[in-house]
Amino acid sequence: MITKDNYKKSIKPYQPKPPLILNCVKAFVIGGLICVIGQGLMIFYMEVFGFTQKQAGNPTVTTLILIAAILTGFGVYDKLGQFAGAGSAVPVTGFANSITSAAMEHRSEGIVLGVASNMFKLAGSVIVFGTVAAYVVGVVRYIVQQFL
Amino acid sequence: MKKGKYSWDFTNGVYINSHSVIVGPKESEGPLASYYDMSFDDLHFEEKTWEQAERKMLKKTIEETIAKSGYRQDSIDILISGDLMNQNTAANYVARDYDIPFLGVFGACSTSMEALAIAASLVDGHQVNRAVTGTCSHYATAEKQFRYPTEYGGQKPDTSTSTVTGAASILIQKSKDAIQVEGATIGKVIDFGMNDPFDMGSAMAPAAAETITSHFKDFNRTADDYDLILTGDLSSVGTPILDKLMVQSGYDLGDKYKDCGSMIYYASQNVFAGGSGCAASAVVTYSYILKEMKEKRLNNVLIVATGALLSPTVIQQKETIPCIAHAISLKRVEQ
Repeated sequence: MITKDNYKKSIKPYQPKPPLILNCVKAFVIGGLICVIGQGLMIFYMEVFGFTQKQAGNPTVTTLILIAAILTGFGVYDKLGQFAGAGSAVPVTGFANSITSAAMEHRSEGIVLGVASNMFKLAGSVIVFGTVAAYVVGVVRYIVQQFL
Repeated sequence: MKKGKYSWDFTNGVYINSHSVIVGPKESEGPLASYYDMSFDDLHFEEKTWEQAERKMLKKTIEETIAKSGYRQDSIDILISGDLMNQNTAANYVARDYDIPFLGVFGACSTSMEALAIAASLVDGHQVNRAVTGTCSHYATAEKQFRYPTEYGGQKPDTSTSTVTGAASILIQKSKDAIQVEGATIGKVIDFGMNDPFDMGSAMAPAAAETITSHFKDFNRTADDYDLILTGDLSSVGTPILDKLMVQSGYDLGDKYKDCGSMIYYASQNVFAGGSGCAASAVVTYSYILKEMKEKRLNNVLIVATGALLSPTVIQQKETIPCIAHAISLKRVEQ
């Protein structure tokens, strides 16, 4: 008997379960592929332009961001995201997609109040927590170093 | 005339004169494509913004409906319309172009039948002679307001639905015609504690069950009195739940029951659990269903438009999703 009180529980059999293992495999493969492309770019910058590994980091990330932004503009990245889930959301390309898609979405409200103020609608939380986490880790590291 | 607790019986006669439907690209490739009056193969509908595109659809369908009826625009006594956008944007902005008294209504995806129920009761009560109601929804404007940017690469679960891009309107009148708007059952807001905006089928099923049960009780009917019972957008998740809830309440719907959201697309069109939105129930009813009734393949149909009355803000505040359903019974009359 389905009642208001047991509703959430008793309708479980009717709700399709997310294919967790398959999703993990897809995320692993696509996320891995994105990283392989990144590695390829890094080697390219080191070999062709003679950058050190540290110097090649920035142009590599920039290129990945550019590719993700262009794919978002062409309406490809959201399809990739539906397929790969975290695999395309976690790398820097996912971050680029969240900014580009929000900027595109709000283009119709103008450059300032539309694009500029909505761009970080999704990415903002990543920046906030990234910065806070970096600060906390930095403080912990400093304290630990005092004792070592 | 009031009938039972939740229903209105339109005893003076309310009839459908004309109706029209316009849809977007994905819908025009679906199984019901040949029944729609117009379609566009681009979500922008040749407009600059999606919001303008949505308005254009609504305006086109209202104008087409009035044109088909043969009446002049100034002989329409009231326009009742609503959509999914904040401030009923599409409906309000379209209404400013007409010299017709206007009521804006919001019932999320139940708006189509809410508007029709109000219009029919005005016609039945002799307040007006002719009323036009219309509703619309647009995939991109709904995504923008309720979910994420359309190009955002988030992964949606299989329980989520895809908003139908389309608009549909209908003109009802006092003078006799082939299809009668016979009665309405107004739903109450039901909340069974569901809070996942990506699973509205589960949330809305109890509201649909409540309204259908009230309808059967108030009119002293069962599913046998109908050729078809149609819900708006319960999706492939909510549909079996409604079936189960109806069996439990003693009114088995059997094979008479279908869901509009599941009729608009082929399974291969990647719409997850099915179509949703204000337009879901309206585009199916005002095209396919009315045509089937005119051609005498259906005589009595109960349309139950289901609405998830969620607010994206309040959902973030850990609230649940209140839902509602309104039913309209349509009857083919011999002429």
